[in-house]
Amino acid sequence: MSDVDITTGMGHAGFMEESPYGIPSGKLAMWCFVISDAVTFSAVLFVYGYLRIGSPDWSTPFKFSPTILNGIVMTFILLTSSLTMLAAVEAAKAGRKSAGFGWLCATALLGALFATLHLFEWGRMIDDGWRLFQNPLGGSVHFGAAFFSITGLHLLHVVGGVCALAVIALGYRRGGYNSIDVEVTGIYWHFVDLVWMFVFPLVYLMNAQ
Amino acid sequence: MSEAAHQHGEPTGFIRKYIFSVDHKVIGLQYIGLGIVAVVIGMILSWLMRLHLGWSTLAIPGLEKLSPTGAPANVMTPEYYLSLMTMHGTLMVFFVLTNVPFAGFGNYFLPIQVGAPDMAFPRMNMMSFWVTFTAFLVLIAAFFVPGGPPLSGWTAYAPLSAVGESSGPGEGLGQTLWGLSIAIFCVAQLLGALNFIATTLDLRTKGMSLARMPFSTWAWFITSVIGLLAFAVLLPACILLVLDRVAGTSFFVPGGLVINDRMQPHTGGSPLLWQHLFWFFGHPEVYIAILPAIGIVSHILPAFLRKPLLGPRVLIGCLAAIGFLSYMVWGHHMFVSGMNPFSAILFSVPTLVITIPATIATLLWIGSVYGARIRFSCASLFCLGFISVFISGGISGFFLAQPSIDTYLHATYFVVAHFHFVMGVAAIFAMFAGIYFWLPKMVGRMMNETLGKIHFWLTFVGVYCIFMPMHYLGLAGNVRRYAAFTDDFLAPLVPVHQFITIAALITGAAQFIFLYNLVWSRFRGPKATENPWQATSLEWSTTSPPPFDNFGGRQLVVHQEPYLYGVEGSAGDYVMQTSPETVEAH
Repeated sequence: MSDVDITTGMGHAGFMEESPYGIPSGKLAMWCFVISDAVTFSAVLFVYGYLRIGSPDWSTPFKFSPTILNGIVMTFILLTSSLTMLAAVEAAKAGRKSAGFGWLCATALLGALFATLHLFEWGRMIDDGWRLFQNPLGGSVHFGAAFFSITGLHLLHVVGGVCALAVIALGYRRGGYNSIDVEVTGIYWHFVDLVWMFVFPLVYLMNAQ
Repeated sequence: MSEAAHQHGEPTGFIRKYIFSVDHKVIGLQYIGLGIVAVVIGMILSWLMRLHLGWSTLAIPGLEKLSPTGAPANVMTPEYYLSLMTMHGTLMVFFVLTNVPFAGFGNYFLPIQVGAPDMAFPRMNMMSFWVTFTAFLVLIAAFFVPGGPPLSGWTAYAPLSAVGESSGPGEGLGQTLWGLSIAIFCVAQLLGALNFIATTLDLRTKGMSLARMPFSTWAWFITSVIGLLAFAVLLPACILLVLDRVAGTSFFVPGGLVINDRMQPHTGGSPLLWQHLFWFFGHPEVYIAILPAIGIVSHILPAFLRKPLLGPRVLIGCLAAIGFLSYMVWGHHMFVSGMNPFSAILFSVPTLVITIPATIATLLWIGSVYGARIRFSCASLFCLGFISVFISGGISGFFLAQPSIDTYLHATYFVVAHFHFVMGVAAIFAMFAGIYFWLPKMVGRMMNETLGKIHFWLTFVGVYCIFMPMHYLGLAGNVRRYAAFTDDFLAPLVPVHQFITIAALITGAAQFIFLYNLVWSRFRGPKATENPWQATSLEWSTTSPPPFDNFGGRQLVVHQEPYLYGVEGSAGDYVMQTSPETVEAH
């Protein structure tokens, strides 16, 4: 991450104009990415709403057990992982290296657990006959298309985040990454969590029986 | 700061220096080079189309080699005409109008104009070029796959773009490649936008406050913000389109659709949904093309008027207002799409509102030109040409913004004339101005002014001969996207098309004067001094071409506004941004 080091916004006071936000460039870029990615998710959720409103035969197949219950457990896990991420950032800022490493690993593990539960959920739906183009209940075929593409996009973000957390955790322990890198990863991770707070009610709760 | 510049160190190997370079200057030139390749291909495609429109039975030698099924006996089929049109539009909009004024010149000059040694994220910068290049290759591959390139236009309207091969040649693999190419392109643009924003905000040298940034830097910055949000919508739209094509979903395809006697297996989707997603990107895209052009022209003009532009703050405000409003007007592309007519009014009003900042900017240029003792050079001529075509194309926009008039004109050549003038030719003129102005800085040699002026006048008269008659064609009801005009009411218009074709051939040929001038100047042109135009911004405070870290290890300090022309300074009638002398308020 030497690119970020060049422009951490620290240490060049006196040589350069202050950044109007007073934050390192890496962090600024991550915030911009988050804004852009939020627009991407909004577009996909807009597609879902547009098609759902246009489909008189929309299916609402999810039973409280197992689907919604599973979703609540997943939500709990992801929220907890945001908490551990927060602890990792705090530890890294305070310079407590091994604690920071531990919390990062915990976050990655919780993310992996979330992804695993999600994939089981997918497997169960696929067994029931749900496809991108098929609705076993005979209602609108858009249900599968919307469900798999929205949760799939989110799942990609989670998996990408777990990989990033693993890389950052190892690099942070070895000294290749600093507390700012941990914080930047944290911004991404909280964003992934935040997106789920939209996906869960819109895709799961609104489709409960 | 100087550690920053040397962090990477100047590479010595050919590959690290010129191919996989992290130097923003090399990357900028790579974007410009890619743009030149794309514009030559796009122009040849338009020649082929124009020839066919003028003389629909004409055999074009060699065309059969390019596509045996698309042009049997060297005469193109209507489907192949649409393929060429699609590729022309896609290449021009994405790989020329987006790449050159924004990514090309922006990469080269944004860091220099703010006094930085490089972009904030040099390696990400390199990646964004190579991702763009990949997108280009994927798009060009569509020429060589079975069925050829897609037919659905650069807008890829569903359901034609979504149902697959049964809807025509090119709607197989060609259309899928189109979707993938544009999705890849979106990723590159997002990376580029992040970099531009971080560089503008964080890497300004001492004294380069936001208010002291040149217009071009402001335009690139605002464009980055627009791109950050617009491409974020096109990316999922393209992915969903590809899913419709390869995974059997029905996002954009309605039920009960019969194409070529085949019932389509899709149900319940909405073609309008694609149009909403596409134009939510597509209208801001128009400004992604034109705002950098406006910025470049506003940056170059004062150096040849020898006075600052009127209302510099107002101009920047106009750019920001245009950027903001660009997100509220996408529906004006959809007046005839079958959406609720009441929503047409909703989109018409902001469309008319957006003409206000555009008009203010135009009036500021004209007011600044008035009474100035202009130094005529190729760069300033192309700036004045830009203003001319921007007005000519902009005025037809007032008509098209009204749903009732647009309903008649939308599918005609009137719209073709409108967007080619205001988006295509205007941005191309700004690119020419940029190259004549900045080439001495980029390669250290001056361009030939005489050849350049011949190039300007041929191009300027040529584009008016091409696009002005199209307004009359449109008013006469000449439909666009037709490969030939055999209907009774269109047959009398064919001579106009023949005139346009001849004008297009000559204007296109005139561009080879420019290419010759470019190559000749690169190797044989007279050596350029550090500041050949007696201009004031930071790029003129370093050698031509600039060294690897832009300022040779110097840390510039900015003391002045960007455009102090027409004032008494130690250097003449201008004061450089880096000059510490005291300038009296003017």
